[in-house]
Amino acid sequence: MLTIHAKLVEAMLAQAHKDHPIETCGIIAGPAGSNLPLRFIPMRNVAQSETFFRFDSQQHLQVWRTMEMRSEEPIVIYHSHTNTQAYPSRIDVQYATEPRSHYVIIPTDAVYREEIRSFRIVDGMVTEERVRMLDSYKAEWELSMVA
Amino acid sequence: MPITVNIPTILRPLTNNQKRIEISGFNVLEVIDQLEHQYPGVKEKLITEGESHSFINIYVNDDDIRFGNGLSTQLRDGDSLTILPAVAGG
Repeated sequence: MLTIHAKLVEAMLAQAHKDHPIETCGIIAGPAGSNLPLRFIPMRNVAQSETFFRFDSQQHLQVWRTMEMRSEEPIVIYHSHTNTQAYPSRIDVQYATEPRSHYVIIPTDAVYREEIRSFRIVDGMVTEERVRMLDSYKAEWELSMVA
Repeated sequence: MPITVNIPTILRPLTNNQKRIEISGFNVLEVIDQLEHQYPGVKEKLITEGESHSFINIYVNDDDIRFGNGLSTQLRDGDSLTILPAVAGG
């Protein structure tokens, strides 16, 4: 199950709709091993495509180094589907290499409503999981909405 | 000519779970060949038909080798080589 602050979901939806019809992408980092998404990091989609995304490689390196320094990991890896349902495509599965991450897909076509969906992708196997949204975290868990 | 190679989580089962490996080589391909010699199976995860795999990003210090000389990118003593699986999809 993905447990996530409602503000982070709102931020993903806002970014996805702003970028539509281009696919949006990013991560939400959190302390390693915590399973707790805290730090919202929108990423540049170098593909600038309606059907594909790829993190900008320089930004990718910089963000991963910062996470390592802060003992964080990508708790959520998100992207949008701009004209298909929010389910991992064949290519999403091929590129998925983080068995501990929640792969979140945001549909931006009105046909598929505004519900994000979350998946685990391990060794090519896709498993959907429940998303539990919280309006607040414990006081010691600080959200960070700026990359 | 020691180069520090940063190994991503997904490849660590092949490197005895080591995160960083010191290895020698004058260019990226030589380092990967040395890695393969010590940790068989690594090379096929990184290279397809003589090119770095599209699923993988390789950096020398701060630079993606795709924007340099690819696998021929030269290395100097003390350089770091970082391997990261690309994050992409459809």
